[in-house]
Amino acid sequence: MRPFEYTRADQVDSAAQMIRSGARPIAGGTNLLDLMKLEIETPSALVDINQLPLGRIEEAEGGLRIGALVTNSDCAADMRIRRDYPVLARAILGGATFQLRNKATTGGNLCQRTRCYYFYNVDQPCNKREPGSGCGAIGGMNRIHAILGSNELCIATYPGDMAVALCALGAEVEIMNAEGNTRRVPVREFHRLPGDKPEKDNVLEPGEVITGVLLPPPAGGTQIYRKVRDRSSYAFALVSIAAVLSMEEGRIASASLAFGGIAHKPWHDSRVDRLLTGELPTDALFDQAADLLLDSARVWGFNDFKVPLTRRTLKAVLREATGVAA
Amino acid sequence: MKLSINGEQRAFEGDTRTSLLDFLRRDCGLTGTKKGCDHGQCGACTVLINGVRINSCLTLAVMHDGDEITTIEGLGTMDQMHPLQAAFVSHDGYQCGYCTPGQICSAKAMLDELAGGWASFVSSDLEGEVRLTREEVAERMSGNICRCGAYPNIVDAILEVAESSK
Repeated sequence: MRPFEYTRADQVDSAAQMIRSGARPIAGGTNLLDLMKLEIETPSALVDINQLPLGRIEEAEGGLRIGALVTNSDCAADMRIRRDYPVLARAILGGATFQLRNKATTGGNLCQRTRCYYFYNVDQPCNKREPGSGCGAIGGMNRIHAILGSNELCIATYPGDMAVALCALGAEVEIMNAEGNTRRVPVREFHRLPGDKPEKDNVLEPGEVITGVLLPPPAGGTQIYRKVRDRSSYAFALVSIAAVLSMEEGRIASASLAFGGIAHKPWHDSRVDRLLTGELPTDALFDQAADLLLDSARVWGFNDFKVPLTRRTLKAVLREATGVAA
Repeated sequence: MKLSINGEQRAFEGDTRTSLLDFLRRDCGLTGTKKGCDHGQCGACTVLINGVRINSCLTLAVMHDGDEITTIEGLGTMDQMHPLQAAFVSHDGYQCGYCTPGQICSAKAMLDELAGGWASFVSSDLEGEVRLTREEVAERMSGNICRCGAYPNIVDAILEVAESSK
């Protein structure tokens, strides 16, 4: 690990000042320290933000405001989250391990970086780690890689679970800049597609820090988080789906679906939600939804299986959510 | 900077890069906590911070001003074993033993989490009381890997302690 200067911040604005002058914020550190050991991340200064007053879940605007420093464990254990936002509790519990979730925070989890093998191996080309060096995953081992929204520069996936549920719920990220001004960004727009800047995972600008996540008023309905992975615990998603769906008189009254493991960001396609809304739930409809979702899918060899896997997982989730028997 | 380790005050003044794990093993001589992968994947370094289980390889010593750390050395002694230690012995919950301190620290905190009503990914009801089945133990202990494959006996040991502490 490269040497760095360490400072503990006790106020949000002083932390933001340090971040603006180049310090990296550290909270749980479970991803950042791992990357620093491998010298993939090489910050010259760390500002420890754990003492900042951002560790509470509070009622706000009919929903909840989750402070950026609320740990994944505390968020999933909160009775309001378990009762009113079960898809979020399930998604968090589906990620990592209890030890990691006890340290990992809400803000840090949103900023976690891809687990692409080539990003992690400093001897390999990677446009995300070293812009312009190429993409080792294209033509290489790309089993875990993206099928939607990628390009020749980067086919990495966003690895998280929590953000997938936040997308389905329509949550927002609260961000503060060094001047103390706050802006809000829908979680659906927080993470980026690679475009011509695959090194940039999300829309945070230099000096900005996540201060919280806002959950809208409870949506009710049926909430499901299904995660398909290589082993049944402590593995990243090959495909995951967060679904928030309600039925009225036998028809789908509302549907909000988000997908993990298949793109550079948690994937949300409003066309799919619109297609389902107002319709009678049938397998034919679910196939149409999968057709639409996957109409621009692009595969890279070892990850071809993700297209049928996504289709089947989507159909299984929709059957469960609507009560349609297979 | 001061922190408490197994009830004793210790000062940390080392390189900021020092992980809590390296501080415990190298500077405090507490070698019960093991270094396996050093990347948060194996759980051999699991210790308790203020009663909460974490991977000590993925946190910096310098970040723990005022915290209370408990390692395997703080849970029990040769003469007075922690009930989990005794259960691991009687159920033969190990072969090589390298993962065992992490398994036991993890299990200790896991039972506390359960008492606090925490659900897991395999809990059918997120809000109700959890019955500690073998499947629940496996899910809750998935952050501790045993390459000897002593899992059936580890689960037996943990279930026995969970039953007896009801």
